[in-house]
Amino acid sequence: MKVKMLSRNPDNYVRETKLDLQRVPRNYDPTLHPFEVPREYVRALNATKLERVFAKPFLASLDGHRDGVNCLAKHPKNLATILSGACDGEVRIWNLTQRNCIRTIQAHEGFVRGICTRFCGTSFFTVGDDKTVKQWKMDGPGYGEEEEPLHTILGKTVYTGIDHHWKEAVFATCGQQVDIWDEQRTNPICSMTWGFDSISSVKFNPVETFLLGSCASDRNIVLYDMRQATPLKKVILDMRTNTICWNPMEAFIFTAANEDYNLYTFDMRALDTPVMVHMDHVSAVLDVDYSPTGKEFVSASFDKSIRIFPVDKSRSREVYHTKRMQHVICVKWTSDSKYIMCGSDEMNIRLWKANASEKLGVLTSREKAAKDYNQKLKEKFQHYPHIKRIARHRHLPKSIYSQIQEQRIMKEARRRKEVNRIKHSKPGSVPIVSEKKKHIVAVVK
Amino acid sequence: METAPKPGRDVPPKKDKLQTKRKKPRRYWEEETVPTTDGASPGPPCNKKNRELRPQRPKNAHILKKSRISKQPQVPKKPREWKNPESQRSLSGAGLGSSPLPRSKAKTRSRLEVAEAEEEETSIKAARSELLLAEEPGFLEGEDGEDTAKICQADIVEAVDIASAAKHFDLNLRQFGPYRLNYSRTGRHLAFGGRRGHVAALDWVTKKLMCEINVMEAVRDIRFLHSEALLAVAQNRWLHIYDNQGIELHCIRRCDRVTRLEFLPFHFLLATASETGFLTYLDVSVGKIVAALNARAGRLDVMSQNPYNAVIHLGHSNGTVSLWSPAMKEPLAKILCHRGGVRAVAVDSTGTYMATSGLDHQLKIFDLRGTYQPLSTRTLPHGAGHLAFSQRGLLVAGMGDVVNIWAGQGKGSPPSLEQPYLTHRLSGPVHGLQFCPFEDVLGVGHSGGVTSMLVPGAGEPNFDGLESNPYRSRKQRQEWEVKALLEKVPAELICLDPRALAEVDVISLEQGKKERIERLGYDPEAKAPFQPKPKQKGRSSTASLVKRKRKVMDEEHRDKVRQSLQLQQQQQQKEAKAKSTGARPSALDRFVR
Repeated sequence: MKVKMLSRNPDNYVRETKLDLQRVPRNYDPTLHPFEVPREYVRALNATKLERVFAKPFLASLDGHRDGVNCLAKHPKNLATILSGACDGEVRIWNLTQRNCIRTIQAHEGFVRGICTRFCGTSFFTVGDDKTVKQWKMDGPGYGEEEEPLHTILGKTVYTGIDHHWKEAVFATCGQQVDIWDEQRTNPICSMTWGFDSISSVKFNPVETFLLGSCASDRNIVLYDMRQATPLKKVILDMRTNTICWNPMEAFIFTAANEDYNLYTFDMRALDTPVMVHMDHVSAVLDVDYSPTGKEFVSASFDKSIRIFPVDKSRSREVYHTKRMQHVICVKWTSDSKYIMCGSDEMNIRLWKANASEKLGVLTSREKAAKDYNQKLKEKFQHYPHIKRIARHRHLPKSIYSQIQEQRIMKEARRRKEVNRIKHSKPGSVPIVSEKKKHIVAVVK
Repeated sequence: METAPKPGRDVPPKKDKLQTKRKKPRRYWEEETVPTTDGASPGPPCNKKNRELRPQRPKNAHILKKSRISKQPQVPKKPREWKNPESQRSLSGAGLGSSPLPRSKAKTRSRLEVAEAEEEETSIKAARSELLLAEEPGFLEGEDGEDTAKICQADIVEAVDIASAAKHFDLNLRQFGPYRLNYSRTGRHLAFGGRRGHVAALDWVTKKLMCEINVMEAVRDIRFLHSEALLAVAQNRWLHIYDNQGIELHCIRRCDRVTRLEFLPFHFLLATASETGFLTYLDVSVGKIVAALNARAGRLDVMSQNPYNAVIHLGHSNGTVSLWSPAMKEPLAKILCHRGGVRAVAVDSTGTYMATSGLDHQLKIFDLRGTYQPLSTRTLPHGAGHLAFSQRGLLVAGMGDVVNIWAGQGKGSPPSLEQPYLTHRLSGPVHGLQFCPFEDVLGVGHSGGVTSMLVPGAGEPNFDGLESNPYRSRKQRQEWEVKALLEKVPAELICLDPRALAEVDVISLEQGKKERIERLGYDPEAKAPFQPKPKQKGRSSTASLVKRKRKVMDEEHRDKVRQSLQLQQQQQQKEAKAKSTGARPSALDRFVR
């Protein structure tokens, strides 16, 4: 007879002293881990609930401006520094870690229309209602010196926006026309116009740095190549575009913030159909900025909220609002991709987390592992109705909520009418126009 | 998609060059340019041994009355299936969820591929981790020709080491009548209750008594709840819950005249079968009764749970075994097992086999994977009154005062009923049986007390420290308790196939599609009719254009015809089969409508 009994030595399973870690032998045999799917589902449900519990995105409000904040700019070399221009001509430089204002400049008379930093981070440019372009040093004046711009350019017309080239000492302004300036000269290198309307913003492409796009109040978006004397092409939309933003990772892609409550992501090679129409705002979209990863962007709207959209989704994944925040004029995504800043009508700049439930600060390895595991679970079970409902739920102010309902009814009525029209006319005589194509009037080359 | 990029003609030549030099990156919108050779890429090397060790894969389908094996998903081997996105639902492991798939098909497909590859990799890794397991299972082998059933306990005790020999003991408790017993989930604690009201709980390894009380009432059954700190006792009238000091915590009057108890540890449900014919589920974490189901089959005194899917099996006096879940008022399935009444039911730990014994003196083993057919049958001289499976698939039957144990070929195979593996005679008729988890020990409650028998090869040698750890400290137990409560599975999720939750909900997917088409007034995913492109340099006449269009349309038409022909043929074959099995045609058939 040969016999062997299962006989464990407890010393192999119990820690020796109280200072040791507990021993945890693992066996991944599935019969010892029954109900794998239901248990993971419950874990995913808990993780989703906790995510909503911990969603506290608002970090700080920077107050100090004496009029509405009209424009924001990031420092290209320093994460903690941001610049803001207000409607009373004041420019402030802020330190985000200390959350205070470190410098105040009375830059213009009237609005500061645009602000941008030089790629090296040593100076910045502002344009204002007083028809001037001013270049300022980033560091404050020394003791006894006066606060004075490095250069001042007096123009003939009002400038409404400015952007700096990403690699060279060239910047572009817009107003009646798009001007491209050399920093050393007082006259533009070239001026480009197409039509006779005022241009509201101009943006350089961060990847293909010679390209730039502008949007004008005659409802079009015009693309330029700096090396050519004439514009490349333009697309005319249903309504006016307020501003555009280029995708920092994909050179051909840009997103336009439109007055018709939507955002349009275009591929510049095929302007006749936008890649995606992003709709969720209930009022005009005033500003848009991409995250440095190029996967998401944030938009500021007149409806007193900001929303975060994934580039490939037509609905927003997040909406931020507070009781005190009024019409949001400008928004920026910080260069470390973790925070969002927005400047609004009621003189404050607000700092938000880009991921609402993220824990700030250093994570221990266990925390990190748990976070990753929960993230994966949420991803795996995201389409389950119960989990989807919890993950999607957002509290909205009453004004926005009722507006959404109202617009839903309007849209439904329009759609019903269209369906009826198709139904009661000769097949093929009423074309079915997709949502993407609906808002494009024409593409001109 | 309609936004496929066209090379810009306006871009200056300098930049063009730049582009051609650089490798063109693949963008997310370039769905047309993605090569559709999804299946062509050979899957990860298919190591046969690893494949066998994949967790839970072969357990996918518990579909009634259908052969399971033919339905098994073999996705990586069949690239053709991938072409049709609707057939992807067989990918249960990918965890796509029970809601509609995202609309972009190519992206979904690539995501699914990634998930599939990941799953493959993790299962291989998990299988490889078996190398790290420290303990080997026990065994008992006779010399050549020697029958292991003839080896008595005394010989085994003599042959094994002292620590193992100490696991064999006899508690002589003759005056408190036949005993029921239960081991805790970790296998460390033992509780037993006698017919005359004697209830005791002890740490049976160290032989330390936790509590010993007399409830002054008949004890029908006894069961540990999720940890050894709580003890449910089915007494003559009501169900009582005691803690490990023997203090009565609750008296549950809604569960009265309970005969059998089962605890579902992952759902925190205590299932009670009563004399009044009700199966009641009590959620012990919140103290609420989740469901009280009327089995409509008279007195219930045969019950066991399926540890794989938490379905309760009830044996009835008309020879059927019914399968219950708290989500359903009706049984999930009814299996006619015996000519007479069912005396005992047991289900093995993988949920594959069910053993039943009935008044017809037969012992049967059923396959629970969809067919519910008996695999093997054996007639016993007196019939078995109690049955239990061990973690490694040993089956024990208590017949009068004799205990018989049968073993299979190994883990996951049914026990062969020809030769018993071990037998043992006790000092009184058997009243309760359970194998101790993670130990080679069988606990037997009988009218003479409680006996702990040595059964080499019964227990799982390697436990998982995070699931149930026999050596856990108090702190570890508390931590585990919190975690277990956090991931308590809702009672509504109990069904025959616990992986059903991971399948794609095709019905609601199609329903949603239909609703969308109705809402929009047209099908947005419909294929646009073929529009031939004009050929270059004036070779494309209108006539040839029309001809090409015709050709494509004809091809589509031919496809349709082919399909309908195939369908017809199948139908004809079916009819022919039906006819051939039926009786010969008679002249009166013409009057049949």
